[in-house]
Amino acid sequence: MSNLEDLYREIILDHYRNPRNRGELVTPPAHKAEGFNPLCGDEITVYLQVENDTLVDIKIAGHGCSISQSSASLMTAAVKGKSLETVRGTIDTFKQLMTVHESSLDTEVDPEPVNLRALGELAALQGVVKFPVRIKCATLAWNTLTQGLSDLA
Amino acid sequence: MHERPIVYLDTAATALTPRIVIESMQRYYETYHSNVHRAVYVTAAEATEAYEAARLAIGRFIGAPHPADELIFTHGTTESFNLLAKSWGRANLTSSDVVVLTEMEHHANLVPWFQLRDEIGIEIRFIKVTDDFRLDLSNLDELLRGAKLLSVTGMSNVLGTINPIAELAAAAHAAGALIAVDGAQSVAHGVTNVAGLDIDFLAFGAHKMMGPTGIGALWVRRSILDSMPPFLGGGGMIADVSLNGFSAADGIAKYEAGTPPIAEAIGFHTAVHYLESLGMEDIAAYEHELTASLLNQLATQFPERIRVIGPTTMEMRGGVVSFDVEGVHPHDVAQVLDQFGVCVRPGHHCAKPLMKRFSLAATARASFGPYSNESDIEMLMTALDDAVRLFG
Ligand SMILES: Cc1ncc(COP(=O)(O)O)c(C=O)c1O
Repeated sequence: MSNLEDLYREIILDHYRNPRNRGELVTPPAHKAEGFNPLCGDEITVYLQVENDTLVDIKIAGHGCSISQSSASLMTAAVKGKSLETVRGTIDTFKQLMTVHESSLDTEVDPEPVNLRALGELAALQGVVKFPVRIKCATLAWNTLTQGLSDLA
Repeated sequence: MHERPIVYLDTAATALTPRIVIESMQRYYETYHSNVHRAVYVTAAEATEAYEAARLAIGRFIGAPHPADELIFTHGTTESFNLLAKSWGRANLTSSDVVVLTEMEHHANLVPWFQLRDEIGIEIRFIKVTDDFRLDLSNLDELLRGAKLLSVTGMSNVLGTINPIAELAAAAHAAGALIAVDGAQSVAHGVTNVAGLDIDFLAFGAHKMMGPTGIGALWVRRSILDSMPPFLGGGGMIADVSLNGFSAADGIAKYEAGTPPIAEAIGFHTAVHYLESLGMEDIAAYEHELTASLLNQLATQFPERIRVIGPTTMEMRGGVVSFDVEGVHPHDVAQVLDQFGVCVRPGHHCAKPLMKRFSLAATARASFGPYSNESDIEMLMTALDDAVRLFG
């Protein structure tokens, strides 16, 4: 049976209670993208400020559950100030993490190992895959960020 | 999958099914499975008889004066409203007509009317909901002026509020309007008598009444049926078909195109029989007691932390309790509760305008059925305590 502790790690609860990079940026010059989870009514707005192929600033507005909010907060901490190439790499690695099948989590041999070290604190979200209905919560901010970046490209 | 016993508190979404309902459907499949209305052999006659017997019993259950001629089987409450809007609505309303709804309606009693507005341009007005979660009837006469229909829920699936249907029916008729009632919740948890209430349409579904999914009904006052053209087209609803066209069958057959959900009608019949054996008044009284107990325990144990989104007094209130735990998103509440085997529903409950009215994105909702009991409440309170502790 999946344990609640796998889902609600201390880091996740911390980012939920004290979200990083919350707020808005002036558009323009910043760009904003909106994401929506019709199932639970979660809404998120990601504000992006890109200069010289670098994500110089990012802010999050909206509301949602602890998983969507903490994932958004962890995301901003991971990508802020990074080159767009690094940001895209982090997005890919995170999405890979969310598609790892739950059964392979507890086994020694991982068919497609995700580079957990590269994810840093984000690795705390890996327990979400044990709760399949919550994966959409965890990926909401990331899909919105992806949308925002492709708007800019 | 689950190691703990299930504490089922999501009856407002769908009620658990007693074994006799399942067995009655199984008996049909095993011993007289055949189509209705279309053959002469024995099992076909038996199936037709069982299907029509279901119509009579379910019609009587809601106090229909002429059940054989007035109760249309549909696939559920949602389809019943679509039938109402698309058959009666299209034929009887024009762009200058008004339909009155309320802010507490389920999407099933909103979207079909919005579709009709998009199509023919009707005006839709809304009865507002007060801060204490009741319909605001202070300007009812004004809202009903010139209206052709008032369509309102018997009981809110979010707030638990029970609406004064007889009073609303009298007001609608006085204004020259008809009244339709969404009985999805109310029919399953108390006595319903369409004649006594003096309403014109009643939409309801089996699966919230301990029956199977996939079947429901629209009851229509017999005198109105003449003004309602067929809805879906196909076999079963025709009197004649040639390459030049068709003519519709007489009576309610014209609203039931195609092979109906036969096993489900039989299960629906058994479910209604089961509810009657428990007694609708007794069910209402029993659930009333449980609801009062839950409201009382929430107020005592979490006075600062949990806000009930619905009436906190018991008059005109049913066993649906939505609540907001301060600082904990409903999704997280439901997740922690699931760990205790407690099934509650997080979300907007298909009533987004109502959520917006109270500036909420979602609530957690616990709801009772005749099989619920005090130990379910006890487990819910224990689990809530854990949720509050976890999120600090
Ligand atoms: C008040 C109300 N109306 C309509 C519906 C729709 O019922 P169904 O989805 O079975 O068609 C529901 C159930 O969700 C309900 O609670």
